[in-house]
Amino acid sequence: MHPEIIVIGAGTVGAAIAYGLARRQCRVLVLDGDDRDHRAARANFGLVWLQGKGQNMPAYQQLSRRSVDMWSDFAAELTDLAKLDLHYEQNGGLAFCLGEDAFEKRRSDLQRLHNQLGGAEADWRMLDRAELTRLLPKVRLGPDVAGASFGQRDGHANPLQLLAALHAGILRLGGDLRRNVAVRQIVPGEAGFTVAFGNETVCAPRVLIAAGLGSQALAQQVGLEIPLRPQRGQILVTERVEPFLPLPTSGLRQTREGTVMIGATHEETGFDSSATAVAAADLSRRTLRIVPGLAEAKLVRQWAGLRIMTPDGCPVYAQSQTHPGAFAALCHSGVTLAALHSTVLADAILAGQLPDTLDIFHQGRFDVPKAA
Amino acid sequence: MFRKLHEPVETVTIYVEGRPVAAEPGESVAAVLLRQAVVWSRPTPVKGSKRAPYCMIGVCFDCLAQVDGIGSVQTCMTPVEEGMKVERQQRQRCLPS
Amino acid sequence: MSKTDLLIVGAGPAGMTAAITARRYGIDVLVVDDQTSPGGQIWRAVETQAATPRGAILGRAYQEGKATADAFRASGARYEPRTQLWQVEPGFRAFVTHDGKARTIEARAIILATGAQERPTPFPGWTLPGVLTVGAAQVLLKTAGQIPSKPVWVAGCGPLPLLYLVQLLNAGGRIAGYLDTTPAGRHWAALRRLPKALGAGGALLKGLAWKTVLRRRRVPIIRHVIDLEAHGAERLEAISYRTADGQQTTVSADNLFVHEGVVPNIHAALGLGCAVEWRDEQDCYVPVLDQWGETSKAGIFVAGDGAGIAGAKAGQCRGALAAQRLAVKLGYADEQIVIKEAARVQKSLACELALRPFLDAMFRPHSRIFSPSDETVICRCEEVTAGEIRAMARIGSGPNQIKAFTRAGMGPCQGRQCGYTVTRILAEIQNCPAREVGFYRVRPPLKPVTLGELATLDQEEEVL
Repeated sequence: MHPEIIVIGAGTVGAAIAYGLARRQCRVLVLDGDDRDHRAARANFGLVWLQGKGQNMPAYQQLSRRSVDMWSDFAAELTDLAKLDLHYEQNGGLAFCLGEDAFEKRRSDLQRLHNQLGGAEADWRMLDRAELTRLLPKVRLGPDVAGASFGQRDGHANPLQLLAALHAGILRLGGDLRRNVAVRQIVPGEAGFTVAFGNETVCAPRVLIAAGLGSQALAQQVGLEIPLRPQRGQILVTERVEPFLPLPTSGLRQTREGTVMIGATHEETGFDSSATAVAAADLSRRTLRIVPGLAEAKLVRQWAGLRIMTPDGCPVYAQSQTHPGAFAALCHSGVTLAALHSTVLADAILAGQLPDTLDIFHQGRFDVPKAA
Repeated sequence: MFRKLHEPVETVTIYVEGRPVAAEPGESVAAVLLRQAVVWSRPTPVKGSKRAPYCMIGVCFDCLAQVDGIGSVQTCMTPVEEGMKVERQQRQRCLPS
Repeated sequence: MSKTDLLIVGAGPAGMTAAITARRYGIDVLVVDDQTSPGGQIWRAVETQAATPRGAILGRAYQEGKATADAFRASGARYEPRTQLWQVEPGFRAFVTHDGKARTIEARAIILATGAQERPTPFPGWTLPGVLTVGAAQVLLKTAGQIPSKPVWVAGCGPLPLLYLVQLLNAGGRIAGYLDTTPAGRHWAALRRLPKALGAGGALLKGLAWKTVLRRRRVPIIRHVIDLEAHGAERLEAISYRTADGQQTTVSADNLFVHEGVVPNIHAALGLGCAVEWRDEQDCYVPVLDQWGETSKAGIFVAGDGAGIAGAKAGQCRGALAAQRLAVKLGYADEQIVIKEAARVQKSLACELALRPFLDAMFRPHSRIFSPSDETVICRCEEVTAGEIRAMARIGSGPNQIKAFTRAGMGPCQGRQCGYTVTRILAEIQNCPAREVGFYRVRPPLKPVTLGELATLDQEEEVL
């Protein structure tokens, strides 16, 4: 096989782009790591989310909005191809506010974000406790809940089914997906990029690095300096309970199966991906302040994932200037952005040119002018 | 399905679906359930298939029942106590609202 | 929060003996166990039953456990029954729940003496009410004096079904038949290992004696049984099986007890990140241990059947050795003295272990049980079938990817019932040895714990 592009990384980001490329009749070779590698794609909370994003970078809000608006079609096409239900719902989402101060702060934060965007019709509103109670008739809210913000474009999906469907989709479209391979080296040359993995080397005119936290070292080999750090997020999931929560919320959502997901922490603990009892206790306490009835629910599993964090928390999409044809795509919101990745970004990589709208996401924004 | 070898000297009464049942101190709730005329079973939360105690050492979670109002209790790990109320757990648990 | 030098998890033969030994050196010991009384599975309820008619039914090896339980009670070790361990963190901090409350235990060292579980062997209908493991039936006999009310079918391979059948006969129970699933040729494989096993002659004679009893009592024994299935709508009504000549038989059944050997409980060790290795002759993973039972994580020891299946006596030896090593490590005893004292225990252990290769070869399960038919439910919690695993194995590869894609292993049992089956199915599809496939990553909690219990945890730090 002579691939037109080698995609390094088959997490949610790499797989979504590779799926988009394969849909565009591009011959892709996708390289996936070991079963026990750090895998943010398998630790995801599953929100397809807009509200509150882009506080420091309005373009990120706009990017997320584009993707959220495409998600429905994206999910339908992928489900049709892969025959896997993504459990996608877009009925709006909530962010609970504990205490009046938090409620007011949330309102002003969202208002400021809205003002930054200028002129757009508001797709969010604040719900006071009475409105919230009407919206969630099966939830007895804790006394501290002052209300919530409601984002009408927000939704959720099953991130694991999404990943499985993307992999199935790539294979169904004739893509080549190799597993348990670690990429050792990328060598740029006249004819393109030679990628060495396992006992093999494969050459392609284009290469996309979407290897999560493993991307930094690979990107350097094609002249891209991308500062990244891991940020730990821990999530709890309970046994299955009767449906009671009709909408996803920023730290609590009930899945189609009935399990309740609770998340997530933001911890700067390096590459330590262990789950801790302290986090389990804290997450439980916060959850019980919102829904005291969950005290009886059994925690079945707790896990930690490592977010792929850039210095400003926003995505990096870049093509190497020294080695054109080498791209990188890195972010920690791979589920929300999956629709955009499989369309807009796949198109751009195929065209060999990232569009102006994505310029702001170039890693050059992190360059510090070197002292003389 | 099961019978006791002996007539217990001492008994306590537990209530299985509201019906009083004699039990012997020291035995597990699961053991009592396996002596009932209607084979004890709970419908699973996934497909509603019927289950009964299987491993008796706390590793299979098929003996879950509601005990004294608390759901998903491993009955094989729970000794009987006077007056205990045991109910079948219907598929997914209902949380108190 | 409580503190101890040595935390022992499990109060079976290994845990109790470790505690007794450690106390002899003056070590401060806390033993937590999820059962109501000491004894582990093999000596369940031994304190109350050893001297009763039930004790006599169960046999001398059972009754002998009373002495160990007494010594344990008298050892001065703190003992907390009905306490479940759900997480261990480096340092060590162990997290347990008892009576609806979560608590932290700080320990300088930990001995995991969490024993074994019966090897899950999925076959069509194994989830029906009325199908239990042989071990479960034996627990019911030990703890409740309870036997099947109608003639029972027992199917499987290993010493435990033979022992249980004899105990059931002693108790006046009725046996419909024993479906021996031991494949043909195992005797020959075992014979090669016989000379070494003769050192533990007593155990061999015991096995022969059980078989003699079954023959004398005319228990129907059907050999080389394969393709066992359980049938019924809402409970077990019938079973079917095939014999070596290809003939299929269907008979009605009220109870079916199954057993295909035991495997170590390795969840706690895996959760801690201890290295494990695949053991072909026992078809399971065992923790990698040094001669004292210390794992790849310094200060964490495994003793008893959790260290590899070897029985109660070996478990006691391993418990003693772990405690002896810790007496040195924790500064309670002089190394030279301990080495001398341990020599005798090491000799006894070697004697017990000499029997294992013979038993492993004799009772190695049929390879077919590792490859259940497509319609067989392999994950009891999430009700995932072997066919669904095989279908997803075309898209994903490792056990964790398969878990993510199918939900197998995501239920409350934490993969204790489906883990090995998923590993074996992947090995079969990828045409590689099971050792290369690996096992689920074990996530906390080791046992389900409620959010309410977690919220009560005595923690000062906050991360949110």
